[in-house]
Amino acid sequence: MSKDNKILEELTSKDYEHGWSVDLETDDAPIGLNEGIIRWISAKKEEPGWLLEWRLKAFNNWLTMTEPVWANVHYPKINLQGLRYYSAPKNSNKPKSLDEIDPELLQIYERLGINLNEQKRLQGIAVDVVLDSVSVGTTFKETLSKLGIVFCSFSEAVHKHPELVKKYLGSVVPMTDNYYAALNSAVFSDGSFCYIPTGVRCPMELSTYFRINAANTGQFERTLIIADEGSYVSYLEGCTAPQRDENQLHAAVVEIYAGKNAEVKYSTVQNWYPGDKSGKGGIYNFVTKRGICAGDHSKISWTQVETGSAVTWKYPSCILKGDYSIGEFYSVAVTNNYQQADTGTKMIHIGKNTRSRIVSKGISAGKSQNSYRGQVQVMKRATNARNFSQCDSLLMGDRCGAHTFPYIDIQNSTAKVEHEATTSKIGADQLFYCNQRGISTEDAVALIVNGYAKEVLNQLPMEFAVEAQKLLALTLEGSVG
Amino acid sequence: MLTIKNLHASIEGTPILRGINLEVKAGEVHAIMGPNGSGKSTLASVLAGREEYEVTEGEVIFKGKDLLELAPEDRAREGVFLAFQYPVEIPGVSTTNFLRTAVNQVREYRGLPALDAVKFLSVMKEKMKLVEIDQKLLSRSLNEGFSGGEKKRNEIFQMAMLEPTLSILDETDSGLDIDALRIVSNGVNQLKSDKTATIVVTHYQRLLDYIVPDYVHVIYNGRIVKSGTKELAMELEEKGYDWIKEEVNAASV
Repeated sequence: MSKDNKILEELTSKDYEHGWSVDLETDDAPIGLNEGIIRWISAKKEEPGWLLEWRLKAFNNWLTMTEPVWANVHYPKINLQGLRYYSAPKNSNKPKSLDEIDPELLQIYERLGINLNEQKRLQGIAVDVVLDSVSVGTTFKETLSKLGIVFCSFSEAVHKHPELVKKYLGSVVPMTDNYYAALNSAVFSDGSFCYIPTGVRCPMELSTYFRINAANTGQFERTLIIADEGSYVSYLEGCTAPQRDENQLHAAVVEIYAGKNAEVKYSTVQNWYPGDKSGKGGIYNFVTKRGICAGDHSKISWTQVETGSAVTWKYPSCILKGDYSIGEFYSVAVTNNYQQADTGTKMIHIGKNTRSRIVSKGISAGKSQNSYRGQVQVMKRATNARNFSQCDSLLMGDRCGAHTFPYIDIQNSTAKVEHEATTSKIGADQLFYCNQRGISTEDAVALIVNGYAKEVLNQLPMEFAVEAQKLLALTLEGSVG
Repeated sequence: MLTIKNLHASIEGTPILRGINLEVKAGEVHAIMGPNGSGKSTLASVLAGREEYEVTEGEVIFKGKDLLELAPEDRAREGVFLAFQYPVEIPGVSTTNFLRTAVNQVREYRGLPALDAVKFLSVMKEKMKLVEIDQKLLSRSLNEGFSGGEKKRNEIFQMAMLEPTLSILDETDSGLDIDALRIVSNGVNQLKSDKTATIVVTHYQRLLDYIVPDYVHVIYNGRIVKSGTKELAMELEEKGYDWIKEEVNAASV
């Protein structure tokens, strides 16, 4: 199998494409974390008193908590006092139109392949971009506002729609939920906010692009999506970060609220810097994402393609409170080199006749470790709850690991829960078959991996699916098992 | 077109081919026959470049090039096609998608422009008729859940799409009923030309009723021990392989 190893070497030598940073004048908080910093951030953002109080309460809670250690990931302890908790590009605080945005910023987005201007207009996607800590521009605002849709930065929402923020902030992910969620609640800087009013079907994909640019900066964005009764929205999230030797922390919180008959589709393509071949640098991605199907017949669907980050710790979950509500989780998680991912979902069935579906496709290469961790919980009154889980692992080479940790907790005997799991390797036979038809090994791997992940990729909106496919191919260029 | 000289190959240190010599010219059909374990399929695999086999001696010249120096994908792009005895399943990848990737990579190598979706589809429709294959089958995951006959038909369909100069059919008749055998053979026959050559590896004479060979070679113990015309195949059908084994064994005493 010497050829396999050679190909694996090639695979591990693939460099990260987005590894550049731009010198921007920034408006930074001092390094460190204490009550003063939180007051500093809140003041900087001219926040109302209630929000500052909320932050301080979260901070005091956080002080009593300890870092979770149960995940199947290993990394040196993060010095949270050595981080900067707020870094805003100067001059970008309140752009009234795209013309006012720092041209260097716009250049960043263009290098990321995001053109905030006409291109997106043509594609019909509304974009909000968060750089380091601040949201710098939201396109399509006017078109959306005619429908009563609010899509803006979190900070803007705090000022313009305080009643909504106040009502829903922390309602799905309480500030005390976990260590990183509590930290986020205390220091979150910005993020995206989205409100879809009753009966409105959002006519375009809403998209947020996150990028960490400054060094030693933690990114703590907060996303809140509220879909009122009978509404629909499809939301996309993309992420990149420059290449740096030190690890950078990213601890976001995403909350989704779906009212009666509402549907929210949340898609993520996560491509944070994964660290170099020897495992140096990379993003620690400790994210809490959760949605609540609060009303009857509501639906929340998570789709994620995870290719980046040195360490990922992420479980987009659904609380199925409304009767007949539906939760879905589609995931492709790729790890290479020394990446570690512990990701999965929680489906909590509370309402009657609730259904959930989990499709998880892990792909491990190099010396990486890839874990699926999923919980299906059926509460007492959740009569006729259904769950189907499928967890597949694909291994490339013999130095990586794939792990599955399913937890099932059933308190109602009418529940039907199915779990299927497979582990496979890309076979030499499959590669030879492709080669024999004239397909190069690199393209063969891309073909096989995309075929393997197809069920999940199919869930993504078209433009995203194409990007995700390319990303998978890039991350795994030329690999075998 | 193809010259094999004194080819030796082994797998995990065990010699399988022990000096194969064969000359194939354009327009010819050669049948390779022989008892189980004689090295027939190994020859097919070595020509296609399967990495488990190590060539220890000899050379293979294909269209003036040293075939053994080429990577499997380049052999394919040069025009070597192997119809697999056991076609491989690739879940989630449709035959259409698979073939479009393959055809365009082969075309790129040959300096031809890529076929766009429309053109590709029209070529596909035309070739589908050759092996009476259904479009629905081509939209399904490659070979996954295909019947034996569907898999073999799909192999010949791929051959039609890739337009090879040298086609090697590795026991394409195994697992086929008489109707499927006829369809597959028809496809192969229609693809024959004076510019292409075919090597048919088979255990039974049956296939050769449909794909009529110009030459028949018998492999035994990793060597071609007897060559002849299609009458040799008839003789083998009638008498089995024992008499050949005896002849070879007697000669080596």
